[in-house]
Amino acid sequence: MSITYLEAIREAQAKLLRDDHRVFIYGQDVGGTFGGAFKATKGLAKEFPGRVLNTPISEDAIVGTAIGAAIEGMRPIVEMQFADFSSIALNQILNNAGTHYWRTNVPVPITVRLPSGGTKGSGPFHSQSMESIYAHYPGLIVMTPATVEDAYTMLIEAVAIDDPVIYCEHKYLYYHLKADKLPTEGLPTGRARITREGRDLTIVSYSAMVHEALAVAEQLAREGFEIEVVDLRSVKPLDTNTVLASVARTGCLLCVGESFPWGGATAEVIARVAAEGFHLLDAAPQRINAKDTPIPYHPNLWSAHRPNANEIARKARALLRE
Amino acid sequence: MLQTAQRQSKTKKSKAAPSHERFLEAFRWMLLTRTLEEKLVSLYRGGLITGGVYIGKGQEAVSVACGLFLKKNDIFAPLIRDQAGRSAFGETLLDVTRTYLGSRLGPMRGRDGNIHRGRPQENQLAMVSHLGAMISVTVGALMAKRSKGEKGFVGLACIGEGGMQTGAFHEGMNIAAVEQVPLVIVATNNHYAYSTPNDREFACDDLVDRAIGYGFEGCALDGTDLDACLEVIGGAVKRARAGRPPQLVVASVLRLSGHGEHDDASYVTEEIKREPFARDCLKVAEQTIADLNLVDAVTLGQWRKEAAATVDEAIATAQKEAPPEGDKEDWCAISMRDLVDNPS
Repeated sequence: MSITYLEAIREAQAKLLRDDHRVFIYGQDVGGTFGGAFKATKGLAKEFPGRVLNTPISEDAIVGTAIGAAIEGMRPIVEMQFADFSSIALNQILNNAGTHYWRTNVPVPITVRLPSGGTKGSGPFHSQSMESIYAHYPGLIVMTPATVEDAYTMLIEAVAIDDPVIYCEHKYLYYHLKADKLPTEGLPTGRARITREGRDLTIVSYSAMVHEALAVAEQLAREGFEIEVVDLRSVKPLDTNTVLASVARTGCLLCVGESFPWGGATAEVIARVAAEGFHLLDAAPQRINAKDTPIPYHPNLWSAHRPNANEIARKARALLRE
Repeated sequence: MLQTAQRQSKTKKSKAAPSHERFLEAFRWMLLTRTLEEKLVSLYRGGLITGGVYIGKGQEAVSVACGLFLKKNDIFAPLIRDQAGRSAFGETLLDVTRTYLGSRLGPMRGRDGNIHRGRPQENQLAMVSHLGAMISVTVGALMAKRSKGEKGFVGLACIGEGGMQTGAFHEGMNIAAVEQVPLVIVATNNHYAYSTPNDREFACDDLVDRAIGYGFEGCALDGTDLDACLEVIGGAVKRARAGRPPQLVVASVLRLSGHGEHDDASYVTEEIKREPFARDCLKVAEQTIADLNLVDAVTLGQWRKEAAATVDEAIATAQKEAPPEGDKEDWCAISMRDLVDNPS
């Protein structure tokens, strides 16, 4: 048997609906026989009547409704059709869900699933990675699973968490990534994983970019370099300790993220390592992000816009030569 | 002012004699609110309140009716001019004074101030400043209640004509109707969004006409007439409770204060102050009490004294309490402490 990243997300939701009567799924086209734009909820409306609900195209109200239901004891999962459209719901997520516990002492256990990241031909409005925006604001957990197993266990964990969770699932991984079976348990939230061990350079990444980093590590291994790949798993909380421990071993840091370059998760990692582990570094830490333009439509432009294995390898070699 | 005259002609006048007991109960909440808010204003003027003070002067009749018909397990989402409704729903004066005066014992513990307060665990939702956002939150709370098998509950969310022009409000109205939740939206048109008059806010003849477009039942209301407020809002709550479609009530009043107490409202025209909707609802209610001889002047005087004493006590108590302190705050925005991100 083999299961994809997307199927893992569906299976996690099926399990959540089965095990917890407080769970319901709310979003555009998630219900009926359709099962979502990406089929992440396929069959669930039939299996769990009245608990997988189509909504109007009203991102603000979808999240607002989820917040109200969560305050009243439910565990809603919101599916944004594309992460990009969560910009319409920013107010509810940041100013309502993100402030609620702090202001009132009442937590808001919502999970907002964001189909994130670029795929060929998707263009400026169906390709965005929003994790840095959500991580910037207080009151939210931001998950960025990179593996089938994490996609499964972290979604289950997200719904169990009493606070709002932004679950960034990568569309590029939906069908590309397969595992033999689903795990029964995973690493706890907030713990990064050393996906590949090495002693020459640390590449810190998350979500789809972990796989680009692994490809580079494989490539550079043939040149005699041992690259350590750290998968952050969640960008908030950010596992600074695991990153620092890795940099202590390698002395070199390269961060790779798919979101836009100004600020963001990669900048945060570098800031923390520079502040807390400056003495561990043998070279100035580097980072690679997408370009500072909207995400292009054409595959030729798109593949040059996002960080790719060649670019990562080039920068890694430069760091290794220092 | 022809347009305004037309709007007035649509408003509902009470037909029956006032239900005296309920009228007087509502009047006493209005009196308490006015007393409290006048006191808050003087504290603000004296520099004793940090941040803003936002009062509901002229809107107490509408507001009190919003709180008065709700039961404990109903959901109430008040907005910035709803002290009367909050009190009638069960908010204590101490919650108000502690929040305004920055006591760490208040429900917001100094983390939020003035009208941004609430006790969601007691069905008093805590508004955010972004108008319209609380409509869908109320919808979600009602869906959760339905899902849990509760019966006979309603939600009531307040808004102004300013907030009615936001995208969030539109989405919230629509999703309420789609979900067919027992919701009442009470919109108070106080004729100014901060300083902007109605003609720069919307271009429809009457805001209540929007109800049908969303699948709501709508009612217009003279918000200066307490008896009409009780009848119309009470009726809307009753219909929502009975399973009718969501209800929209649009009340017409004039805001008899600035947007906040920092605002002298010099933009309010003399012409609009002569409109029927510019009457002070508290004075109108007092006149009704006198006309119908519902209580004598001595009793009325006694009520005033009691209101003042209650307010003074709540303020004195909050003033004695310690403020929050930065070095004692845990600075933690999530409830699950082991998931806190700790940048150095």
